Amino acid sequence: MKIIVLMKQVANKDAILRIGKDEKWIDESDISHQTNESDGYALEEALRLKEAKGEGEVIVCTLGAASAKTVLKDALARGADRGIHIIVNEPNKLSPFQIAKTIADAIGEESADLIFTGLQSDDASYGQTGVILAELLGIPHATIVIDLDRSSLGESLRLKRELESGWYQWFTYKLPALLTIQSGISQIRYASLKGIMAAKKKEIRDVTPGVEDYASAQKIEKVYLPLKTKQTQMLGDGDAKKGALELVEKLKTEVRVL
Amino acid sequence: MSILVFIEHKDCVLNKASLEAVAAAQSIAKDTGLKVTAVIPCSKDCSLAQEISQYNLDKVIVAKNDKLNIYTPDGYADAWEQIIKQTNAQYVVMAHTYQVRDFAPKVAARFGKEIVGDCIRYTNNGGKLTFTRRIFLGKLDADVTIEGGAPYFVTFQSGSFRGDNAEKGSAQTETVEVDVKELRMTPEEPFQEAKASVDLTKSGIIVAVGRGIKSQENIAVAQALADALGADLAASRPICDAEWLPIDRQIGSSGQTVAPKVYIALGISGAIQHTVGMKNAGTIVAVNKDAEAPIFDIADYGIVGDLFEVVPTLVEEIKKAKS
Ligand SMILES: Cc1cc2nc3c(=O)[nH]c(=O)nc-3n(C[C@H](O)[C@H](O)[C@H](O)COP(=O)(O)OP(=O)(O)OC[C@H]3O[C@@H](n4cnc5c(N)ncnc54)[C@H](O)[C@@H]3O)c2cc1C
Ligand SMILES: Nc1ncnc2c1ncn2[C@@H]1O[C@H](COP(=O)(O)O)[C@@H](O)[C@H]1O
Repeated sequence: MKIIVLMKQVANKDAILRIGKDEKWIDESDISHQTNESDGYALEEALRLKEAKGEGEVIVCTLGAASAKTVLKDALARGADRGIHIIVNEPNKLSPFQIAKTIADAIGEESADLIFTGLQSDDASYGQTGVILAELLGIPHATIVIDLDRSSLGESLRLKRELESGWYQWFTYKLPALLTIQSGISQIRYASLKGIMAAKKKEIRDVTPGVEDYASAQKIEKVYLPLKTKQTQMLGDGDAKKGALELVEKLKTEVRVL
Repeated sequence: MSILVFIEHKDCVLNKASLEAVAAAQSIAKDTGLKVTAVIPCSKDCSLAQEISQYNLDKVIVAKNDKLNIYTPDGYADAWEQIIKQTNAQYVVMAHTYQVRDFAPKVAARFGKEIVGDCIRYTNNGGKLTFTRRIFLGKLDADVTIEGGAPYFVTFQSGSFRGDNAEKGSAQTETVEVDVKELRMTPEEPFQEAKASVDLTKSGIIVAVGRGIKSQENIAVAQALADALGADLAASRPICDAEWLPIDRQIGSSGQTVAPKVYIALGISGAIQHTVGMKNAGTIVAVNKDAEAPIFDIADYGIVGDLFEVVPTLVEEIKKAKS
């Protein structure tokens, strides 16, 4: 059984975002990066499925600049078997269709039984790369997957999807299939020292794709800080203690809960 | 040529988010001179068609096939593909619900397209529409245009348009039998998890923690504030994912929706999936060390600072005030 996991490198959640000179993206030059949150859960689920089955291969794949190799190395240290790095210098200039098409070209021949992606990237937040990829590969997909019935794995797989406001639904999918994984599906493991050593010997295949031009892309014209809609009373002038004192005063006199 | 708008339902009961999409489609119709057709995939002569025909629309189409009795992405994609082709649609407008997230990109991909997804507004610049999306978990906005030919697929975030502003009128209804090929997935009945053991919808004051709390041990810091205020403790999703607090404490689109008198957000950035669950609170207080955190956009009171400095002082002063 072969599972491919798509993992994207994104700006660190706590990084201060500065808008780039062309105002079309952030300035990524000296920003710290991390693996997209839900992609970490996708990897964990793939590893658990392989362990439950007792055989198989977990392949991690990223499309990104040279720095994105860290994402793959980290995944290999956690237990993935090999990596595919589709090298594209400015991935944020590509639209989700282009990303999906480029990934489809690079992994199509692997004929995986399952492809896992995160449910959404924390930077571009297109929420659709996986679904488009499934359609391009001609396989069915399920989004916002929150549980797998690992024992059901065979020609098909039974999975649980999260619906809105506390509803859920089980589906059985014929394989091959692509699943977009919701965060929280399983607790994520850390890389062990042994894992980190073992990762050094694992293969990462570099792919230099020819990215096709794509006429229907959504094009970012401008990025900017959201316009404020509410009058917020900012308290304390950056002094935490002073802010706390002022807030207690407000809770007494304006909100009247004290 | 028309604008198609998706009417989402479960067993012919409307998902109200679709009325927001109707309002959005009507607005785009005014700007483009196109007409709006509502589309309802269903296995029957959907009883919802009558209700939807009371809106100012050109037409209501029930896309009918036995296999559309329960939602599947394959079934919906087949139905939509045919309706889009038959109507020569220019725009396809939908609410950005979980179901739409599931099938809309698949439909778009069949036309070699993608979705301009989760938009919060659009502007009309001389006939060319520019859509605005939130990126980086709400920290930035992006204005985007769509290149190439129609159909254009657009989804709007919950709350971007008001459903009760959808214009009334009267539309003719029509049933179109659609082909649905093999379904590669078998759905079971949707269900709700056992009832949450804590019902936060009745809380008067809520202290909510986000990833800024850093570790499970630090939850005690927030608990002390909750105790001092007589408040209930809640959390953003990552806190529940990490099992630092049980899932029934989660606020947001996949957790509980609350409207307490006071909501105090500690170290929560304010992503839309969180704020949909609490934005109707009477008073919102945000403590965050990042002055640009989107939570401040909806807060009544904000403190820019380290929650580990703010909260202990708060607890101390509240105790004093109460004694
Ligand atoms: C389909 C879907 C459904 C989802 N459902 C939900 C849901 O129901 N509920 C939900 O909450 N999320 C949900 N999410 C996730 C959501 O998009 C965000 O990822 C999540 O809400 C972020 O949680 P957070 O604010 O705690 O963490 P972060 O976004 O990481 O924010 C942490 C904040 O803490 C601040 N901070 C750090 N240290 C300190 C300190 N010492 N003092 C003060 N501030 C500090 C940082 O500046 C930052 O703003 C969903 C996502 C998707 C795609
Ligand atoms: N450049 C990329 N490299 C690897 N995986 C990606 C990339 N872009 C998107 N993905 C995958 O697709 C998911 C959804 O991304 P998005 O459509 O941008 O919200 C992510 O969680 C990743 O798993």
